[in-house]
Amino acid sequence: MKLIIAIIQPDKLDHVREALAQAEVHRLTVSRVAGHGDEVGEELYRGQKVFPDLLPKIRLEIACNDDFVDVCCNAIVESARHAGGISGDGVIFITPLEECIRISNAERGTMAIG
Amino acid sequence: METASASVDTGVTAWMLTSTALVLLMVPGLAMFYGGLVRTKNVLGTMMHAFAAMAIIGVLWVVCGYAMAFGSNVLGGWFGWNRDYVLLRGLDGTILESGIPEYVFAMFQGKFAIITPALIAGAFAERVLFRGFCVFIALWSLLVYNPLCHWVWAEDGFLFNLGAAGAIDFAGGTVVHISAGVTGLVGALYLGRRRGYPQSAMHPSNLVMTLIGAGLLWVGWFGFNAGSSVESGLSTARALTATQVAAAAGGLGWILIEAFRHGKATSLGMASGILAGLVAITPAAGVVRPGGAIVLGLVASAICYGAILLKGRLGFDDTLDVFGIHGLAGITGALLLTGFIRDSWLADASAAAGGSWTAWQQLGVQTIGVAATVAYTAVVSLILFIIVQKTVGLRVTDTGEMAGLDLALHGEHGYGLLNPN
Repeated sequence: MKLIIAIIQPDKLDHVREALAQAEVHRLTVSRVAGHGDEVGEELYRGQKVFPDLLPKIRLEIACNDDFVDVCCNAIVESARHAGGISGDGVIFITPLEECIRISNAERGTMAIG
Repeated sequence: METASASVDTGVTAWMLTSTALVLLMVPGLAMFYGGLVRTKNVLGTMMHAFAAMAIIGVLWVVCGYAMAFGSNVLGGWFGWNRDYVLLRGLDGTILESGIPEYVFAMFQGKFAIITPALIAGAFAERVLFRGFCVFIALWSLLVYNPLCHWVWAEDGFLFNLGAAGAIDFAGGTVVHISAGVTGLVGALYLGRRRGYPQSAMHPSNLVMTLIGAGLLWVGWFGFNAGSSVESGLSTARALTATQVAAAAGGLGWILIEAFRHGKATSLGMASGILAGLVAITPAAGVVRPGGAIVLGLVASAICYGAILLKGRLGFDDTLDVFGIHGLAGITGALLLTGFIRDSWLADASAAAGGSWTAWQQLGVQTIGVAATVAYTAVVSLILFIIVQKTVGLRVTDTGEMAGLDLALHGEHGYGLLNPN
């Protein structure tokens, strides 16, 4: 089992959700976060360009069985990338997942996230 | 309607100035109402539609809108025209017979011209291009609103003079609500559904804001309806009372329906019912008594509730139910009011007809008024939608729609509270 954590741009959330649904990944958690890589953001404030340092991002968390890791990550990479790929498109972290328990029926392990 | 010698009645003028401000307050109220109902990523784009109407129609009305709406018949009564009204040049010293400076009347009417296109925006919210919307409402105001306003409210308008005492549209049931509702429906059908509708749930970004907006609309509506009496006296009091009662009955009706069907009353249901009641009483506020206003509010709520269920079945995407609420409650009010007209109005109408005039005859007049509004609005709106789509564009791109209008069209975020800094 792995835990996939993806940080993406907010405007790509719908694209990624559609791609994950296509790949039959239906369980995920989404949160709004702020942060930055090495990109420079740009917004408008009273008609002036401003460059906020902490930028709004979306964090996705998906726990999946090992077979699904590639499918899942490919779907995110393909759908979260802006045309040509730009700095700030985001990152994916993958970590081993020790245990998983579904609260409703106390199922454990691969059954719980399959 | 104007005499140079009339003097200012400060009482009426004070109330009409207040009403003018109250009707303007409805526009940001509407922006909050609509803004709370769309998704987080579209909140600014949606609120901007109402503010764009304030800016665009606010200028256009002064340039030529008032001249087209309240000038004398031209082109067979299609609309009006009076060169002196261009840029309101001829109004500088005019006091109307009602005792108010004509400036006040022109500004009061201008607020109605502003809110009507702002209402339309709800029907195709979350997928319309800002520049396309701006061009559309400018054309729509010139070719749909101004002619309709002329037909119904100008002294030589054809609906103003239909039957014994004209089609009854006290404060804009046909001119404002039916025209906005029908245009919205045509726009929703022409633009097509939002991406993902109806499979994906599309949650309101902020129902708290929607309720505040509904509250501002209710308050502003006293200016809208009671101000439409253009006096400060008995008819003003009648309109204000009917408005209050119908709004309450509408809200009550809707939550009762929800309570029976789902066992829960929703805040959005409450807001929707209030709006249905307010819209239904708009054409009727001058002629019905409180009992009739209660019936109008309740019936409008039930009809609008049913219409929204039906929309789900039919599958078209009138995003914020502009047709379902404004269109249908407007039609309900315009027709059903004939069952509750106060006797003194019918007596006056009979005298004007030189014999008798019944509520049934008035129902015929009302039906013609509604049918003319629906037909004219639907045809001209469709033509305008097509023209705008082919020129500056009307529907946002898929990418822009998924990213959200706020970022794609305005370069901003509506809700910044979640940023740590």
